[in-house]
This record gives sequence, structure tokens and C-alpha cells, in this order.
Amino acid sequence: MSLRMRAGMRRLLAIVAKEFIQMRRDRLTFAMMIGIPIIQLTLFGFAINTDPKHLPAAIVVHESSAWSRAIIDAAARTGYFDFLDRSLSHQQADRLLRRGEVQFVLEFPEQFSRKLVRGEHPSLLVMADATDPVTIGNALGVLATMPEQLAGRFPGHPNAAFGVVIHRQYNPEGITQYNIVPALMGVILTMTMVLVTSVAITREHERGTMEYLLVSPVHPIEVMMGKLLPYILVGYLQVALVLLAAIFLFHVPIRGSIGLVLALMLPFIAANLAMGITFSTMARNQMQAMQMSFFFFLPSILLSGFMFPFRGMPDWAQWLGEALPLTHFLRIVRGVLLKQAQATEVLVELWPILIFFLLAMVVAVVRYRRTLD
Amino acid sequence: MNAIEVVGLGKSFADQWVVRDLTLSIRRGEIFAFLGPNGSGKTTTMRMLSGLLTPDAGHGFCVGHDLVRERQALRERIGYVSQHFSLYEDLTVRENLDFVLRIHGKARRVREKSMDRFGLRLLADQLAGKLSGGWKQRLALACALVHRPDVLLLDEPTSGIDPEARRFFWRVIQEEASTGCTVMISTHYLDEVQQYCDRLAYLMHGRMLIIGTVHEVIETSGLAAVQILRAGFEVARKAEHQPGVEHVAQTTSGVLLTGPDLKSLQACAARIAPALPAEAVAPRLEEVFLHLARSDGRNAA
Repeated sequence: MSLRMRAGMRRLLAIVAKEFIQMRRDRLTFAMMIGIPIIQLTLFGFAINTDPKHLPAAIVVHESSAWSRAIIDAAARTGYFDFLDRSLSHQQADRLLRRGEVQFVLEFPEQFSRKLVRGEHPSLLVMADATDPVTIGNALGVLATMPEQLAGRFPGHPNAAFGVVIHRQYNPEGITQYNIVPALMGVILTMTMVLVTSVAITREHERGTMEYLLVSPVHPIEVMMGKLLPYILVGYLQVALVLLAAIFLFHVPIRGSIGLVLALMLPFIAANLAMGITFSTMARNQMQAMQMSFFFFLPSILLSGFMFPFRGMPDWAQWLGEALPLTHFLRIVRGVLLKQAQATEVLVELWPILIFFLLAMVVAVVRYRRTLD
Repeated sequence: MNAIEVVGLGKSFADQWVVRDLTLSIRRGEIFAFLGPNGSGKTTTMRMLSGLLTPDAGHGFCVGHDLVRERQALRERIGYVSQHFSLYEDLTVRENLDFVLRIHGKARRVREKSMDRFGLRLLADQLAGKLSGGWKQRLALACALVHRPDVLLLDEPTSGIDPEARRFFWRVIQEEASTGCTVMISTHYLDEVQQYCDRLAYLMHGRMLIIGTVHEVIETSGLAAVQILRAGFEVARKAEHQPGVEHVAQTTSGVLLTGPDLKSLQACAARIAPALPAEAVAPRLEEVFLHLARSDGRNAA
């Protein structure tokens, strides 16, 4: 090895050694580098499932009979459906479908059994919440093949047969954009709001301006709110942009009240901003703050039902998802815009967002240091 | 009532005492200098007095407010200029002033007065980050004074700025002091201290070694000095390690010998430079502090 190469190698090793020392000192970054693959392995390996089973389904039976029970049993045995215990009226089932409490409604029309026995080929009506075509795809496929599978299996009635009529509610063509584009509002807000505010306090520390704020008579809550309020406006501008694109570019059918979505968006934006501020009070520098934000995005995007069916995840992942504001906001925005849900039907999703906001703000204010100690 | 009154004040970081047992009273309207080498505890003390740090020992009052229990009230009545520019570099001069005015609930006309007083009008729309060091400090001082504080804490405000800016700085400080504002300033410039400050304290390893007027401090040190006029480097080299000579300094006038006994210094001057005139002069603060530091080191050992 020439003298020049040896010198180059020595300099290279000096830099490598320095990087290792710095990496060892910055434990949070090191933990992130190990933690992020673990989270990704856990979420992608165990939580995400694009073939969800045990989807909640309601039954509307006008006259209970051995035939309708046999068909329900057969459907339940496929593993795709978890039927509610009791039969509902058409209106009740429709409301549950709109509120997202059930994914399917199986309706046996009047005289279904009689027509079945007579060989008149009655139709089983299936209403599916098709806002997310991925969630219902396989389950509907199974339902569609049921008449074939059950043909000739009705004892004493070899000619008994029925058909399945499927109504894909809210998104009849099964267009993915209808589901994704409105939800993008929530995703964009989560990413930008958390990221922007996560560096808000650390930036003051890094630039040395925190010293001025701390010797001034400003209260912690004033600092927090002062940093949050401008971004609420920015959040609404982003939403306006997405809504315009949804309407004019992607032709998403907006069925519900845009005003209602905009009103319910305020606590969601505030919750994300509060989360960012909380990270900002915990991080020692802007780099750490951004890393913490990433730890928040990853589960938000994967566990909220934005990309993958929420009902396809195991219970632990659903609990985690329920704790995230994005999960509830997606239900609100999809419910109102695509399913024409009313305020009373989506208010139940507002409470978790408000609780999240309050908790994050309390942590932020408690962690905000009024001194340089 | 004194503007600043602290008793037994102390602060530690990671079990290391940075300031120890500091007892100090500063009168209203006084310009008080805080001196000491880097790491001696000057900034930590300033930060405790401004409520930026919580003391781990002792107690104290600044403008009548307890340093720990009444921080909020204290913040309303102090002005603080830190060692590094702590205003917003991405705001203009005018925007920085407006921000500070709004925080203190002051009228817009205060900004106009302030810009005139500090000569900032022509730079009003310039980003603070683009200002030179001297102008940044002018802006920082202007912002620290908009709410007419009772106590002004200045942590090395004149470091790295040109003589003209320093002179302006001191003129403003003197004006403020004349209206009753108490000024506490940490600095390394001993000439400024001799020229402008009423009293000084010297800190070393977090302990206050001496306090008083410049004259008192020199008197207390018990040092004497002899200047060998027109003497050069050779004489200075010979003077080192001579009995009775504690410090040797080459100055523009010659060689300055400092030590505890005047007669020994005169004898030394006659011995090493018999052909050159020598005269007794007042010791400089620099040698006094070196002497104190050395004595402190010996005592600690």
C-alpha cells in the first residue's frame, strides 16, 4: 500500500471512529435506528392483513326459517363474517352501516324461504360498505359463490336455489381514490402538523432564542398556543387544497357536509399540533424531534385504516390504532363525505381526539421548562 | 433597599459546584462589574439572578422579588442581554422590537423612540441575522430596555464588538444607571471596568475572591508596582524569577514589575536595569487578579 493510500485510510478511520463516538453519545438516534426496524417488523409482520376476516355484519330477516339460518351459518363458517346476535329492521341495519359499525347487511326478503322451497330462485340482498374496496373484496367474493356451494344441499329440496344481489354502498364502482383522497387530508395534516411543531421549541433552544423567551414574562401556555395557532390556519389551507383536488381532479362524490368536516377538523389539527409540541419539549435537538415525529407517523399511517383494513388487524393493533387521532378522523371524514353521516353519528369519534389533544397539551406544558436547569 | 441581595447563593451541575456561597448586595443605580476567567461562574450567577437557573443553595432577591418563588414578577422588571445573540435572526430589526414591545405590553411609539436612541432606524427593515456583531448587540440592548427595567443584567455584551460600538454601549449603560437602573455586567475588558464601573467582584472557581471599588480592590491586594521605562524584552526576561517579583509584563512604556513589596521591586529594577529610569506606579487590575488567583490556588492546595 502506497504512502498516499495509507494516509487516506488513516483519515477515513479517524472519521469512522469519530462517527462511532458521536453515535454512542446520541443514544436516541441509536435507539431509533434499532427501534424503527423493530416497529416495522412488528407492524408489517403481525398487524397488517389485507384479507380481513370476522367483519361485523347485520342480518335483516323478515321471517326466520331453517333456510335462512342455514345460509347464515354457512356464511359465518367462512370466517369472514361476525353476525350480530339479533335480526334488525332495514332502517336499523342501514344506520349501522352508515356509522361504520357493520361492514355488511344481509337481508332476506319477505317470503325468501317460501320462494326457495318452491324453486323460485329468491335473492339474498347484500349491502356492503364499499368505501374501502380492499376490506370487503374477499368477503364479497365468498358471498357470491355461496349459492353455488349450497346448491342441492337443502334436504328434501334438491331444486332449492337462491341468488345473491350485492349493493356496494357509497362507492359502487369500488374506486380506491374515493376512499384514499378524502383520507389524505388526515394523513397530510398528521405529517405536516406534527413535523412542523415538533421542532418549534427545539429550534428556539438551538438558535439561542429560548434564553430570551425564558427571561421574558411569557407563560408556557402562551408559548405553546402562540406556536400552535398559526399552523391551524395552514392546516385549513392544506385541507382546502385536498378538497379541491378531490372534487375537481379525482371527482370524489362528496355526499355529506363539507362544513361539518371542517368544523370537526379543528380538534384533529390541534391534537396533531399538540403532539408535535410535546415532542418538541422532549427532544434535545431538531434532529431528535423529527425522529420522534417519525415514530408517530409510522403507526398513524399503518394502524389507522388509511392504507390497510383496520378490521383486518389483531386486537392489540386495533387498540393502538384507536389511541391515534388519525384513526378517528378517517372515520369522520369518510363517514361524512362519502356516507353522508350526520354530526350525531360521527360525534362519537370526536371524544378520543379531544382526549388525545388534552393529554398531549398537559404533557407539553408540564415538560416545558421555565428555566435552563 | 438594595436592587440585588443574595446570601450564600450556590449552583451545581452534575455534583460539581459552579457557584459557591455567593453573598452580594448591589445598590440601586449602581454599575457593578462581574469579573473572572472563563468558567468562573459569572454566567451562572447572572442566570440565577434573572430566574433562568434555580439556585441549589442560598437565597436572594432581585428588585425585591425572590429569585425562586417570584420569578414571574421578576421577569417583568429585569432586562437581560446574553452572551450570544438571543433575538430572532430571521426577523427584521423592527419586527424584533415589535415582538418585545408586544410581550411587555408597550406602545408602538416606544419602538420609534428606541430606534432613534440606538440609531437603528436606517436598519429597521434589515434582518437581524444580517447585522454585524456591534449592531446585533445594540438591538439586543434596545430590546432589553424597552420596558424600562429596574435591573439590567449584561453577560459579556461587549465581547467581539468594535471600540465605537463599545463606547456607545457604555454611554447607554451610564444613562440608564443615572435614572436609577441597576446594571450588572460581566466582562473581560478591565479598562472598561476601571473607566465605567462603580464596583466590581472577582470570581474564581465559583467563589467570589474580592469585592469593592477598583481602588479598594487594588488596595486590598497589598500589591505594589514599578515601571522600568523604555525597558525591552531582555530586561523582562531577566526580571522573571527575581526575588520579590510576582509578575512581569512588557508594556508600551517599558517593563512593569508587580509584587507584594515596593522596596524589593525597586531593588530588582536597579539590579537588572541600572541604566534605565524606574518609577513606582499603581498596580493594574490584571496583576491584582492574577495575584488573587495564585493566592487562591495556594490556599486551595
